[in-house]
Amino acid sequence: MSNALLIQIAKTHLLTRKKQSAIASLGVTFGIGTFIVLVSFMTGLNGLLDGLILNRTPHIRIYNEVKPSAKQPIALHPEYKGKINMVNSIRPKQDPVSIYNNKPLMNTLKKNPLVMGITPQVSARIFYQSGSVLLNGNAMGIDVLEEDRLFNFKQYIVNGKPLDLANNENGIVLGIGVAKKLSIQVGDRIQLMSSTGVTHRLKVVGLFQSGLADVDKLQSYVNVKMAQRIIGEGNNFVTDISVKLFDIENAKDLSDQIAQTYGVNSIDIKAANAQFETGTTIRNIITYAVSITLLIVAGFGIYNILNMVIYEKMNDIAILKATGFSGSDVKRIFIYQAMFIGIVGGLMGLIMGGSMSYLISKAPFETEAIPTVKTFPVNFQPLFYLIGSVFAVITTFFAGYLPALKASKIDPVEIIRGQ
Amino acid sequence: MSHNIILKTIGVQKYFIDPVKVQVLKNINIEVEKGEFVSIMGKSGCGKSTLLYILSTMDTSYEGQLFLGERLLTGLSGAELSVVRNEHIGFVFQFHYLLPEFTVLQNVMMPGLKLGKKSKEEVEHDAMNKLKLLGVDDQFAKKATQISGGQKQRVAIARALINEPTIIMGDEPTGNLDSKNAGIVFDIFKELTHELGTSLLIVTHDPDFAGKTDRIIEMADGSVV
Repeated sequence: MSNALLIQIAKTHLLTRKKQSAIASLGVTFGIGTFIVLVSFMTGLNGLLDGLILNRTPHIRIYNEVKPSAKQPIALHPEYKGKINMVNSIRPKQDPVSIYNNKPLMNTLKKNPLVMGITPQVSARIFYQSGSVLLNGNAMGIDVLEEDRLFNFKQYIVNGKPLDLANNENGIVLGIGVAKKLSIQVGDRIQLMSSTGVTHRLKVVGLFQSGLADVDKLQSYVNVKMAQRIIGEGNNFVTDISVKLFDIENAKDLSDQIAQTYGVNSIDIKAANAQFETGTTIRNIITYAVSITLLIVAGFGIYNILNMVIYEKMNDIAILKATGFSGSDVKRIFIYQAMFIGIVGGLMGLIMGGSMSYLISKAPFETEAIPTVKTFPVNFQPLFYLIGSVFAVITTFFAGYLPALKASKIDPVEIIRGQ
Repeated sequence: MSHNIILKTIGVQKYFIDPVKVQVLKNINIEVEKGEFVSIMGKSGCGKSTLLYILSTMDTSYEGQLFLGERLLTGLSGAELSVVRNEHIGFVFQFHYLLPEFTVLQNVMMPGLKLGKKSKEEVEHDAMNKLKLLGVDDQFAKKATQISGGQKQRVAIARALINEPTIIMGDEPTGNLDSKNAGIVFDIFKELTHELGTSLLIVTHDPDFAGKTDRIIEMADGSVV
């Protein structure tokens, strides 16, 4: 009964000064609304950018790197053992580009429970030939279907389908930059020349755009077998193995393990793309910092208005206390007012944030980097709305608490005597 | 201790500390009986209002003891005292002190709802009865700011009565009213003591008003004369 009465009083106070209450609520509305928009948009963008890297990049890449032997021959000679040997002008060792023993390696990896899938790749240096023009380039032999399943190969294709490449052994997916330079369309034929001078005529089944112009001017994709044929090597020739894991966190450990066990080079995604994680973290920090600042500003608005209300309502507070309302009753009246403002403003903020996020998600956004994305990425996560409402309630509670405490301590005798 | 005594002080003293220590009340011993209409008279600054606020339990910084009936009120917590005020003490001030956002009826009902012993309907019924008793029942739906000064004071008395308190205290309740309205208010007080047996303790500097009450407590320089 008593509580209902306090709520009733709080409500009457708010409704008799509609303008002030509305302004205070609007502060919260903008705070929460902006928070939702910012967070949804920023995390959407983060997801997109991360996806750009994380979904396309292998979690572990296994390859052979040209480098000098760690142990030079002199170290093996018994006569020089235990001495300090200086070797000048060390040259890299002649290693095969193919990964040694790649079939058993791939079989073992496929059986590993941490591994979602692997794809072999064959990198072949080639020239695109058009009349007398020779364009430097690189043809990557891939297992098209696996590449699409694991690394979203489809996402880059602007023209044509990945399946067309899988079905056509003599097909090629050309970088859009190359196609432009040579004025080649899907369906045309193109002549490739390997570094050993052998030429192959391939059919262009698609164009791809990676978002990196320099890559698009060099790269093209063919089937693994075609790449092996271009180089003039057999079935066992594999230059890269891309591994995708179920959990990216295991990448580093597994990568180290592979490198040690098989004597190959292996790099994990975090080492290869460390800057991305940093970018994501910083964007998140900025988003939350801005949102919290907005909410604190809204909180000060409420604090200010309630302080004013309490100043105006000194007489009423005195009379309430004289007629039997305790200090904590009075405190509750003003906290309820703050909470009303917070809840109403917060709800409006959720609606505002939701609808603005929706508008943004419909706004056109075309980017070279991701040809399949046409509108701004927005992350509609219910969690953000929950955080927003909790924020609204907490800030308004604290904004209301201090003035309410002041009100509860007002001495009625002083007010009544003062008249 | 007689059962008829409803309010009693033993050796109440009060000092104002700020800016210099001044004793404003010196060893006050008074009693109010049930159904008695008592007025406290004295010049400005003699401490009569100060005494009233101590008796009303709103001012707790004093020495000595204060009893309501047989219950010692001195030393109770603020929350306990507000319950006592709500249930046993009615207030009428010089300025009417209604809550301006609420209607006349809501103002009268508020202490009743706060007490929470009756349902909202019963409190509303009681409040209408009190307003009728004071002749302002036709104003019940108006906002407290929309009625005249005399009417406000009567509404304030109705509010003081809503929980059927043991005692009603007033600080110059007629001080702000013209003589006609002051007369009406006095008559209402008189009637209350006779019909409901409510005690009244009124601070006033108006000798005419005081002269018509049952007993006058004269104060001068912080002591009862």
